[in-house]
Amino acid sequence: MQLRPSVLDPAGEATRAAARRLGVVGLRKLRIGKAVELELEAIDEAEARAAVELLSDRLLANPVTENWVVSLEQCQ
Amino acid sequence: MTVGIVVFPGSNCDRDLAWALKGVLNLPIKYLWHGEQSILKVDAIVLPGGFSYGDYLRCGALASFAPLLAEVKSFAEGGGPVLGICNGFQILTEMGLLPGALTRNKNLRFICSDCELIVNPGKNLFLQNYQSNQIINCPIAHGEGRYHCDQETLKHLEQNDLIVLRYANNPNGSIGDIAGITNQRGNVLGMMPHPERACDPVLGGVDGQKILKGLVKT
Repeated sequence: MQLRPSVLDPAGEATRAAARRLGVVGLRKLRIGKAVELELEAIDEAEARAAVELLSDRLLANPVTENWVVSLEQCQ
Repeated sequence: MTVGIVVFPGSNCDRDLAWALKGVLNLPIKYLWHGEQSILKVDAIVLPGGFSYGDYLRCGALASFAPLLAEVKSFAEGGGPVLGICNGFQILTEMGLLPGALTRNKNLRFICSDCELIVNPGKNLFLQNYQSNQIINCPIAHGEGRYHCDQETLKHLEQNDLIVLRYANNPNGSIGDIAGITNQRGNVLGMMPHPERACDPVLGGVDGQKILKGLVKT
């Protein structure tokens, strides 16, 4: 989950300022997001995707302020 | 006339509210545990400030899925008066009863201070005891109170007179200086400042009393 580009990210801005003090130059963008790792049982990929998309849209992310992307991987 | 105060794990203004409502204003109250399945006999509901579910995930996100909150939603949709204060406001936006979202304060600080608010009662049922453009003093105490919404929503709020409380001196970077908004019907109010902390004269001011009185008058 990542804050939408139109939403100010004060924590990202503060971290970018610290990066400058660390001596890192050329850092144009630093935006802080969140990652969620989960394991899910499903019959197939489509079912898994539907469940994760519902979860992302309704609970894990707030669409008013955040965008999200999903990446699926088969386990076992 | 009984006011229900919803209590979540992590609520910390439920007792302040009880003192303001019962101790100061002599109104009957009832605590409503978040895990209950039904609301029994209350005439108004307040979602208090605090850190429901430890603010995990996002402020108010997990609380909006509490069993009792489905009932609160029906209550509000049926026209019942619902006031969300601070974390309660965050919960109201997460539930979709009010638009927008509350995000991290621009200066990254948890701000705890007195605050001047400009009241625009508009259609809101709880604010009818105030004059238009009246300035009141009400403390704030939050780290994530910067109201955010897209331009279209902001225009909708402005055109429909739904921005009922604005900061005189914007402390947190809220879009449009927004401190509180109401719904179209006027029976739901979400605000970051704490009226319950401006009720007992011993705390330095009583400007918040009329908001809580307005809650039961509706």
